[in-house]
Amino acid sequence: MREFEYWENDAAEIDVAMDRRRFLKTAGTGIFLFFNIRDLSVLTQEGTGRPVIQGGPSDFNAYMRIGEDGRVTCYTGKIEMGQGIVTSLAQMLADELDVGVESVDMVMGDTDLCPFDRGTWGSLSTRAFGPSLRTAGAEARRVLMEMAAERLHVPVAELATEAGAVFERAKKENRVTYAALAQGKKIDRQLKDPVAVKKPSEFRIMAKPLTRRDAHEKVTGKAQYAGDIHPPGMLCARILRPPAHDAKLVSVDVAGAEAMKGVRVVRDGDLIAVLHEYPDVAQAALGKIHAKYDTPAPAVDDRTIYDHLLKAAPAGRTVASGGDLAGGEHASSSVFEQKYLNAYVAHAPIEPHTAVAKVEGKKATIWASTQSPFGAREEVAQALGFRTQDVRVITPFVGGGFGGKGRNQQVVEAARLARAAGVPVQVAWTRGEEFFYDSFRPAAVVKIRSGIGSGGAITFWDYGVYFAGERGAEQFYRIPNHRTTAYNAGWEGAAGTHPFATGAWRAPGNNTNTFARESQMDIMAAKAGADPVEFRLRHLGDEKMKRVLRTAAEKFGWKASKAPNGRGVGVALGIDAGTYVASMAEVAVDRSTGNVKVHRVLAVQDMGLVVNPAGATIQMEGCITMGLGYALREGLHFRGGAITDVNFDSYEIPRFSWLPKIETHLIDDEDAPPQGGGEPAIVTMGAVVANAIYDAVGARVLELPMTPDVVKAALKQG
Amino acid sequence: MESTIRFTLNGEPASVTTDGDRPLLWVLRTNLALTGTKYGCGEGLCGACTVIVDGEAARSCQTPVKEISGKSVTTIEGLAADGGVHPVQKAFMEHDALQCGYCTPGMIMNAVALLGKNPHPTTAEIIGGMDDNLCRCGAHNRIVKAVQAAAGVREGGL
Repeated sequence: MREFEYWENDAAEIDVAMDRRRFLKTAGTGIFLFFNIRDLSVLTQEGTGRPVIQGGPSDFNAYMRIGEDGRVTCYTGKIEMGQGIVTSLAQMLADELDVGVESVDMVMGDTDLCPFDRGTWGSLSTRAFGPSLRTAGAEARRVLMEMAAERLHVPVAELATEAGAVFERAKKENRVTYAALAQGKKIDRQLKDPVAVKKPSEFRIMAKPLTRRDAHEKVTGKAQYAGDIHPPGMLCARILRPPAHDAKLVSVDVAGAEAMKGVRVVRDGDLIAVLHEYPDVAQAALGKIHAKYDTPAPAVDDRTIYDHLLKAAPAGRTVASGGDLAGGEHASSSVFEQKYLNAYVAHAPIEPHTAVAKVEGKKATIWASTQSPFGAREEVAQALGFRTQDVRVITPFVGGGFGGKGRNQQVVEAARLARAAGVPVQVAWTRGEEFFYDSFRPAAVVKIRSGIGSGGAITFWDYGVYFAGERGAEQFYRIPNHRTTAYNAGWEGAAGTHPFATGAWRAPGNNTNTFARESQMDIMAAKAGADPVEFRLRHLGDEKMKRVLRTAAEKFGWKASKAPNGRGVGVALGIDAGTYVASMAEVAVDRSTGNVKVHRVLAVQDMGLVVNPAGATIQMEGCITMGLGYALREGLHFRGGAITDVNFDSYEIPRFSWLPKIETHLIDDEDAPPQGGGEPAIVTMGAVVANAIYDAVGARVLELPMTPDVVKAALKQG
Repeated sequence: MESTIRFTLNGEPASVTTDGDRPLLWVLRTNLALTGTKYGCGEGLCGACTVIVDGEAARSCQTPVKEISGKSVTTIEGLAADGGVHPVQKAFMEHDALQCGYCTPGMIMNAVALLGKNPHPTTAEIIGGMDDNLCRCGAHNRIVKAVQAAAGVREGGL
């Protein structure tokens, strides 16, 4: 997968020792701890046994400082884009250190202040970074107790900690604060051996709901995003863009723009931009540029893309297999062969890609809306021919990412234009540019052949996924004869596959795979005359998944019945980022218009230890609401390399009026390691709605999004 | 054409000399350095740029600055007196009615205008009144609860 390759390539570039020396030089006095993601035993990629992290820099991934004022500062390259880690990471550190969460400061995504980090994605912040953060907190607490033992003349065994102080158990007034211990000190520790972290029964802050720490800034308009940064002398850029991804510039006349007062036209190689103090004036100036392009005739569009993809598919790779497929098919009384489709889907964060760059001599400072500040630093260094350490990328709040803000095109554009213009430059994409240069969730096809025997048991399962990626492809049911094949491992096809960029989109691959798998399960359940929940339970071996499904059925009030029965209820299961999820939904279908109204969605999740239940619940609700988009409406319109969706009028995302009743439930599993929470509950949304539609009207929808036209076509098929 | 436009901004007299056809959004964000009002789509489709003009929610990206001459404009920065928060802001905080926070100022301004005209809306009226403000993180259900709470409506329904 691309993200692993990307990490491996980057690893060699990092001079860790230098970073650390520089940090210690500038950070003042205090107690410092350097730590990394070391214990990888829990971090295997679901189902594959492969470690999630390979080849990355192995020294440390975060710094922590306890200052003379007693404040604890955590420096991490992770970024906050709405997922709430500015709160949950601080909770973990505060709990292990025995300080109040309000005395923890998070410094995030600043490449000069924070150690290298690969990027914020894959629901890894809590499950991969969290354990090391907790260990670091526990280690720091141990160091503080050793120091206090000396100061208070009491053995460590007789000491305890509370609210930022160490005290003698038997004589509570014999105490010293962390602030006092850090006074005038410069103690540098590297976390070596894991120390014991707190047991769930000892938690004071973790596993308890906590309101977002960034809420006040965000509701008062004080929170700064990249576009809110305004260095003196900054000009705003609007960049000349082609009408299609495959269009070639033939000629350009910039005279009209140059004639406008205060407008500068800047060229840096293929980059042609107009700059002005005001972005709206720059936009008007851009309109005065006359450019001619050669645009090839469109080879594919949003209807023909699936045939094209099947033709372009590379050889398959077997992801999982077992038993004897031919034997299984031979033993089948019914065989089911289906093809599932899903369209390209945009990330569409409300904050478009933005960056502000300031270049002075051979140094650059950039404020960027990015999920990978260190990747951005490297790309800018390469583009400008600067040394990596001479580029600083600062990440303010990011206005949504969903996997789409890791490519940093706008960062490089801002840096190139700032150098060419000799003044700080802001590149803030318009909504049209955001739709044009997005790295879309790939259009994809899944083909499944499966069978059931006369007793209603699944006899074989032959699954092939084209271009969605492997995540979530491997099925988790007890099926004796099975094979899962991935044609194209990641979410980026070879050149010529997709007419524009594709990439990771919230739970990449898994939305597509879960839609196909869980739809097929329902098709078989219907043929077997079985209730969809009972049919699944019958084929599940994993007790954890059974518990998740049974809990969902109980909370939803699921009544066993063969589908379709006109009620409009559906079920779907999924596993993502180590988390198990069961979703149930209730829908109404208007047979005449094909319109689907989702009335109710319930999701039950087992994600191990839940660090911040409030945050986890919010993420689940967000997944359900966002998931309605790709389920019902979101599919990119395009002709060849020209994207015809340029704004939210033709590309519809979920709105208030779509809101179903949303119910979420977290299984109490706090002794298990924490798993990802930002993505799992979205993967089931396509299938749970499709299965509910079938139950409502007996029409099987095999394509996402399930627009009124698609639903009407399915109704016609019967 | 450049002209001087006088208006009331967050309760204080203000004036700006600029081309009167420029969108209020960019005048606020550049000339007046009030960056709480956000760009999201530039065509009045998402509501991230919502401000209140004489009590009505307005899409500042679609409002030529000359049209606010003599009027009263409130932005997210001016919703509450120094250091305090407006009841709608408080409700958004208490209900975790935000994630990335980028659409939040526009959501709050739209909700304040909605409650200004209809202090006790039904849930359906809240949904109808907020429907053209887009959120990508999926905080919708919590935003509805926050608006209900700010209006003194007992929780329930959603």
